[in-house]
Amino acid sequence: MPDPTKIRATVNGDVVEVKMLMSHPEATGLTTDAAGKLKLATTPHYIKTVTVACNGRTVMTGDWGPAVSKNPFLTLRFKGGKSGDKITVTWNDSAGETRTDEAAVG
Amino acid sequence: MKSNRREFLKLAGGGSALALLVGSGWIPTRAWAADDVLHALAPGDNRKEFEAHTIDELVKALGGTQAQLSKDIDFTAPDIAENGAVVPVEVQSNLPNTKLIAIACATNPNALTAAFHIPDGTEPYVSLRMKLAQTAKVTALVQTDQGFFYAERLVKVTLGGCGG
Repeated sequence: MPDPTKIRATVNGDVVEVKMLMSHPEATGLTTDAAGKLKLATTPHYIKTVTVACNGRTVMTGDWGPAVSKNPFLTLRFKGGKSGDKITVTWNDSAGETRTDEAAVG
Repeated sequence: MKSNRREFLKLAGGGSALALLVGSGWIPTRAWAADDVLHALAPGDNRKEFEAHTIDELVKALGGTQAQLSKDIDFTAPDIAENGAVVPVEVQSNLPNTKLIAIACATNPNALTAAFHIPDGTEPYVSLRMKLAQTAKVTALVQTDQGFFYAERLVKVTLGGCGG
């Protein structure tokens, strides 16, 4: 089981800023051969979809490919949130794993 | 006699050097199918927008026809990235009714890195860290109800981000 996503959400005026640090290898499965050409060596393992919700209202969905960096760090901003609201971050990866984490807006 | 010994030493030395190369992985021991286009997605991942290799293909896969260069997209990316595996990018769209923000690079194995769907009430802003295979133009693609718009920046990579 992957480590939990670290979530920090802060209110700034009428905007809530959410920063998320997910724990994921984001493996492309690629290696370079002797000629310097990229080759697929192992099965890629990466996050395919990310959903961020505030009190059950989806504030962003993301479709991701293998080119997102290891341990993805994502920042987004939305309106209509307040201190104490529940932020839920869910991801699904190419290996069928999923993880959901929650945090309150600080 | 002397020359025979020399020949033998040459052969032995050459052979061990070759064995060393194979052992250290410098010479691939497995033959790969020669594909001009690398399919770098996981099995079962058939999302067509991720199979695009150019920005034009990507716009079409996302349902558009053509993207226009726009000055209303604030796209922040470093001029020089020391490590292509971690390139921080930030996109702020100042275009009205932004529905989608996509980050892409045509010279990566898959052009599209990430696409974000922005519902009403969410700021058209996103910040993420991406991988770059080589020095490349990185594109921020924005979809509004008026069509597709883009901004791009050249990022110089001193160390590639996939296949270390």
